[in-house]
Amino acid sequence: MTELLRTHGLTRHFKVGGTFSGKRLHAVDDVDLTIEEREIIALVGESGSGKSTIARLLARVYAPTAGEIIYRGRPLAKLRRRKDLLSYRGDVPMVFQDPFSSLNPAYRVSHGIMRGLILHRPDLNAAARQAEAVRVVEAVGLHPAAEILERYPYQLSGGQRQRVGFAQALAYRPKLIIADEPVSMLDVSIRIGLLNLMAALREDEGVSILYITHDIASARYLSDRIAVMYGGHIVETGPTEDVLADPKHPYTQLLLSAVPDPRAPLDPDAVVDRGEPPRVVDPAPGCRFRARCPLAIDRCAVETPLLRELGPRHSAACHVAV
Amino acid sequence: MPLLDVQHLRVEYATENRPAVAVDDVSFSVGEGEFVAVVGESGCGKSTLLFALARLLSPPAAITHGSVEFRGQNLVTMTEKQLNVLRWRDFSVVMQSAMNALNPVASVGAQLADAMAAHGKYTKTEIAERSVEVLRLVGIDPIHLSSHPHQLSGGMRQRAMIAMALLFTPDLVIMDEPTSALDVVAQRALMVQIRQLQSQLGFAVIFVTHDMSLVSHFSDQLLVMYAGQVVEAGPTRDVFDHPAHPYSRGLLDAFPSIRGPRVPLTGIPGSPPDLSRLPAGCSFQPRCPVSVDACVTTRPPLYPVGPALSRCLLNAPDPVSAPASSRASSPASAPDSSSEEDR
Ligand SMILES: Nc1ncnc2c1ncn2[C@@H]1O[C@H](COP(=O)(O)OP(=O)(O)OP(=O)(O)O)[C@@H](O)[C@H]1O
Ligand SMILES: Nc1ncnc2c1ncn2[C@@H]1O[C@H](COP(=O)(O)OP(=O)(O)OP(=O)(O)O)[C@@H](O)[C@H]1O
Ligand code: SF4
Ligand SMILES: [Mg+2]
Ligand SMILES: [Mg+2]
Repeated sequence: MTELLRTHGLTRHFKVGGTFSGKRLHAVDDVDLTIEEREIIALVGESGSGKSTIARLLARVYAPTAGEIIYRGRPLAKLRRRKDLLSYRGDVPMVFQDPFSSLNPAYRVSHGIMRGLILHRPDLNAAARQAEAVRVVEAVGLHPAAEILERYPYQLSGGQRQRVGFAQALAYRPKLIIADEPVSMLDVSIRIGLLNLMAALREDEGVSILYITHDIASARYLSDRIAVMYGGHIVETGPTEDVLADPKHPYTQLLLSAVPDPRAPLDPDAVVDRGEPPRVVDPAPGCRFRARCPLAIDRCAVETPLLRELGPRHSAACHVAV
Repeated sequence: MPLLDVQHLRVEYATENRPAVAVDDVSFSVGEGEFVAVVGESGCGKSTLLFALARLLSPPAAITHGSVEFRGQNLVTMTEKQLNVLRWRDFSVVMQSAMNALNPVASVGAQLADAMAAHGKYTKTEIAERSVEVLRLVGIDPIHLSSHPHQLSGGMRQRAMIAMALLFTPDLVIMDEPTSALDVVAQRALMVQIRQLQSQLGFAVIFVTHDMSLVSHFSDQLLVMYAGQVVEAGPTRDVFDHPAHPYSRGLLDAFPSIRGPRVPLTGIPGSPPDLSRLPAGCSFQPRCPVSVDACVTTRPPLYPVGPALSRCLLNAPDPVSAPASSRASSPASAPDSSSEEDR
């Protein structure tokens, strides 16, 4: 396995409550995350846990408050030349959640793809660009490609628009696609098609994918490895099947127990959590999950748990977990 | 007598050309205290159906046929004045995207007070007491009476909407996608809560969602809608265990599971038809993996399949002509075997 990208102590805070309040919201704190080549890694967690903030940090929409992102052995902060930055942006494109606002309604499908090709693959001549545009549109399962390229966004369904989003990303010949909730606004009946598409892109194009979702079942369907976020921290990470079969962190356990599974009988004794997700403003040390945690001990209130390896490549940040 | 009895309901949107039939010959009933779920993909007519039941449609939509009887009184022919006596007190509605339905500039308490004042004469004390009561019911600390919606999480806002719907302890609460903007943990908490409130207060629920898996453990009856029609209806557990209609099977097979072996899934290719240009035969035919020649020309009626009803020609008591292509599998009238094979 070859490491493609790694974050080290990645942190992003936001000022909240007026200019002079001095309060800071800890959206992402001290995140170490490694993404291998050809790997699909799922980032899961409830609303507000910091998933999109990580996506935006990786896409360089936000600058980190602290910590670094190391891409193919080089810290991103060291990339200064326009050419290097452009090439990173082409290597690590993002696909967004909302298929209805992510495409410019004034332009045909071909526009965004051609723009990407001109910007990121200047070596191609006009004929090669056209051929490549057809190839990426076909690669995302849209046929006939020539006709789709001529359409405007309003002439496409939500699922087709998301596919165009992936086609645009593919035109860059990416190494890592950051997909932030790419299917959550789509109908159930067409979600699977897009998940299958992402799996195929890894197989055929060799890209890595960071798949962000709060839907654990789809994370399982697609990913090799999973990272669970809570309150800005990664609280558990490991091979997807291991984490699902043997969740170590009490939050992961809660998340799994909440997944509706029509094929399983209802467990009438299942504990129902009424807790509210935290807004982490100027936190004191301690575990951020402790207020909702059924296993909390005194130590959880004073010491922030760090990720500990509890199985092969499987770690959790919990004082109690074994 | 059932609490609510819907017969042959039809709703059309008048458009420039042909009308779009968003609710087509829908019949079902809801018993006292029952939980009825309505599922189907975007645009199949779920919200239109709920609006029609509550008589909240406005042009270009109109009920063109059928009846909605609430405790034996036909709502379809009632005047607005008669309806106002029933709305809120006997049945209430929680709208889709309730997240945004709360007034952002008024406190939760003020909004509860407004809702009460609009439906009767109450003293300040009565209003205050009842507001505290309903917030407690849905698990919100009454401290939030003075909170504004933006100070509440998404899950709490949804609970506040449900509290409002419960102000007058109605017999029926109609809910349109109350949980779809929430993440799984908040979703499940809300579902369990609705169920608990139901057994405590005894009201019936009609619950609309596009996420079939959500209601699997909570509803008594399930209606699956496609292109304005009910394509399958029956006891929830039976429909989940032995889906008779190819569309229900497709929907169920579109959910990955967190348990059992990881299996490749296919979803349902294609998209739903334009409601003003429906296919001549079965509306699902263009997307159906098991269709036969007759499906192109014949509109299927609802056939009984065990305790359920299914709108599929393959469920006809006397089997239809041979499959149109080799893709077709055995008729679904033996749901036990076919649904197992399809997994
Ligand atoms: N630009 C910003 N300014 C201030 N706070 C922000 C900003 N962006 C995000 N936040 C806050 O940071 C926290 C993490 O937000 P983020 O969008 O990363 O969560 P998420 O896990 O993607 O949630 P969701 O599932 O709802 O998309 C939240 O509390 C959010 O309100
Ligand atoms: N004003 C209108 N004129 C014509 N057709 C309309 C109008 N409003 C809605 N429709 C059509 O009626 C159909 C049913 O819409 P409805 O909102 O009831 O669907 P839904 O099942 O609730 O979908 P969703 O899951 O997206 O909420 C849709 O196909 C829609 O295009
Ligand atoms: S009637 Fe025919 S097309 Fe319609 S669902 Fe049944 S098999 Fe499929
Ligand atoms: Mg997000
Ligand atoms: Mg709707």
